[in-house]
Amino acid sequence: MTSSARWALLFVAPATVGLVALYLWPFLSTFVKSFQDVPAFGPATYTGLDNYVELAGDGEVWQAFGNSALYTVLVLLGIPLAVVLAALIEQVSRGRTVYRVLFFLPVVTLPVAVGMVWRFIYNGDFGLLNHVLSWFGIDGHYWVADARFTIYAFAAVGIWMGLGINLIILGAGLQAIPKAVYEASALDGAGRVRQFFHITVPLLSPSIFFVTILTVIAALQMFDLIFIMLRSVNNTALADSKTIVYLFYEKAFVQFQQGYGAAIAIVLLIVIMIATALQFRLQRSWVFYG
Amino acid sequence: MRHTWTAALAVAATLLTACSGGESPGTANTAEKVTLTYANWSEDQAPAMEQIAAEFQKQNPNITVKVQTLPWPEYWSTLQVGAAGGTAPDAFWMLADHFREYAKGGALIDLSDTVKTAGIDMTAYPKAVSDSYTYEGKIFALPKDFDTNGIWYNKALFDAAGVSYPDDTWGWQQVQDAAKKLTDPAKGVWGIAAPIDAQGGYYNTILQAGGSIIKPGGTASDFAGPEAVAGLKFWTDLQKAGSSPTLKQLSDTEAVSMFESQKVAMYFSGAYWALRFHKNADLKGKVDVAPLPQGVKRATVTSGIGNAGYAGTKHPEELKKFLAFLGGAKAAEIQAATGTVLPAYKGTQQPWLDSMPEFKLQVFIDAVDYSVPLPVAGDTAEWQGLAAQYLAPAWDGAKPVEEAAKEYQAAVDEVLAEQ
Repeated sequence: MTSSARWALLFVAPATVGLVALYLWPFLSTFVKSFQDVPAFGPATYTGLDNYVELAGDGEVWQAFGNSALYTVLVLLGIPLAVVLAALIEQVSRGRTVYRVLFFLPVVTLPVAVGMVWRFIYNGDFGLLNHVLSWFGIDGHYWVADARFTIYAFAAVGIWMGLGINLIILGAGLQAIPKAVYEASALDGAGRVRQFFHITVPLLSPSIFFVTILTVIAALQMFDLIFIMLRSVNNTALADSKTIVYLFYEKAFVQFQQGYGAAIAIVLLIVIMIATALQFRLQRSWVFYG
Repeated sequence: MRHTWTAALAVAATLLTACSGGESPGTANTAEKVTLTYANWSEDQAPAMEQIAAEFQKQNPNITVKVQTLPWPEYWSTLQVGAAGGTAPDAFWMLADHFREYAKGGALIDLSDTVKTAGIDMTAYPKAVSDSYTYEGKIFALPKDFDTNGIWYNKALFDAAGVSYPDDTWGWQQVQDAAKKLTDPAKGVWGIAAPIDAQGGYYNTILQAGGSIIKPGGTASDFAGPEAVAGLKFWTDLQKAGSSPTLKQLSDTEAVSMFESQKVAMYFSGAYWALRFHKNADLKGKVDVAPLPQGVKRATVTSGIGNAGYAGTKHPEELKKFLAFLGGAKAAEIQAATGTVLPAYKGTQQPWLDSMPEFKLQVFIDAVDYSVPLPVAGDTAEWQGLAAQYLAPAWDGAKPVEEAAKEYQAAVDEVLAEQ
């Protein structure tokens, strides 16, 4: 080994050790556990595919996947919103940073704090949302105590929380679009709206694609909001509002069925891989790499 | 991403530390300096725990006790991962519904001999509490405190509605009638809070109706029996009469918060709220407590925290000594004097009563005579977690109580059959 190769190994070692210890090893042990019955104490026993078979017939798992899927679809609606907002902020000539900071604040706020504040906003009797709705004569609901509304309520918060990071990525994408393209189209008589749909969106599509991938992965892993907003002692909406990661947490760390929990985590990993692969396949038809 | 990986990390940590579990436990050498850790989940009680540790160290200069306070949501997962992986604290708080898993898994140090050699009088504790920390005839934890239930009530709301305060003559009917009279929709005031609450609520009324919750032997539940149904109906009737906020309202705002904001006049719950109500300036002079009403008979469930030790400790002798101290009169007196909890040790409760003289706290101590241990069987956490889902339709009036009870019983029995 040459001395420079040795130095190279030394330099990548911290990252590699971290990767192995924090990602690879836990992943492998989760994978192994998914084929085991792991009691709270004592040795685990191999049970083959039992966990997966049980999982396939478990209505609770299907419901949780359904909830996570609904949440993901709803949060994706935040992306068009982010594109429009990013384009609008780009138009602002003064105080652009102020807007960016305002939208970015929820990203750097503790999810626990965000959850607590929104729990108050959504409160059916004393909440701000219902109070505002009452000005317009609209009857409020128990947004986070009625399973018909919980996922929608979470999605609204999820969009709001994700907006900041999306705006930063899309904003960077916008600045990479040459000004000359807009000037040329203006000379040809294109208005702002036309420019948005025919220049901004296509040229921004690689960034939009990237943001979509990140959003889907994050949405399928939603956990904190439900943990903070619904985990009060007697919230009767919890049973029907669990997301897949919440269910994983409950199985592995409340009921101590770690093998079953591990199987849920592995299935979620596969679902996320499929969803991501699908998006890469689909991007060929809409993402424009100029 | 974050959460999946924290979880995976915890799993990995368990595996890694499991490999290093071969150390032999150090032999007890009194001259040796030894450090013990003592874990709890209550910021409120931590000062009292520090005080107890300091007192113990004064008597045992060679032992240092470190008090660790973990947040409640993380307490059980941290303890379980630690106990499985050999890194658990030496001494820690235990609860009856988690106890069986730990005792069965061999994670707890056997205190039976210590009780004999240290001359600990087991009759000094409420029997229902000490029984719940006995597994296969062995003692694995000594009761720290206990709680029974009573009717917390708001005198101001009773006065405003012209209803006389609850007392030990009350039966179920008086509660129903009073709750109705106290309810005033115009003011947003309800007579009582009727959530789907096991420990403060329907467990008590099921027992008062003469029913049982888990059948003897612990392999089947008894939620669909006629007595249990009567006990559940006590609550669904209150819902039906509109005498309580709805389930949705109680999901948004917990019953205790409703009581504290003076929206409900009665709240069935435990002694553990005393300090919180006492400290609440808005409730000054307005709150008191009465015994639970009588059904066919008197009954309340009781439970208490136990102090347990980790079987894999490096210092078993010192740990046993510390646990014996925690179970003794001195530790109980410190807890009572600080007003934090109702100590389990007989005869040490007076300072606790004196610390909040405006409440008739004796009610909770008198209730020990008719108390029944909190039911535990199989994976208690799992079947208890199903209650809200199965019983909500009965509370909402969407299903007859009998039907919901039958379905819940079937679901609980399925969990119990898994062992």
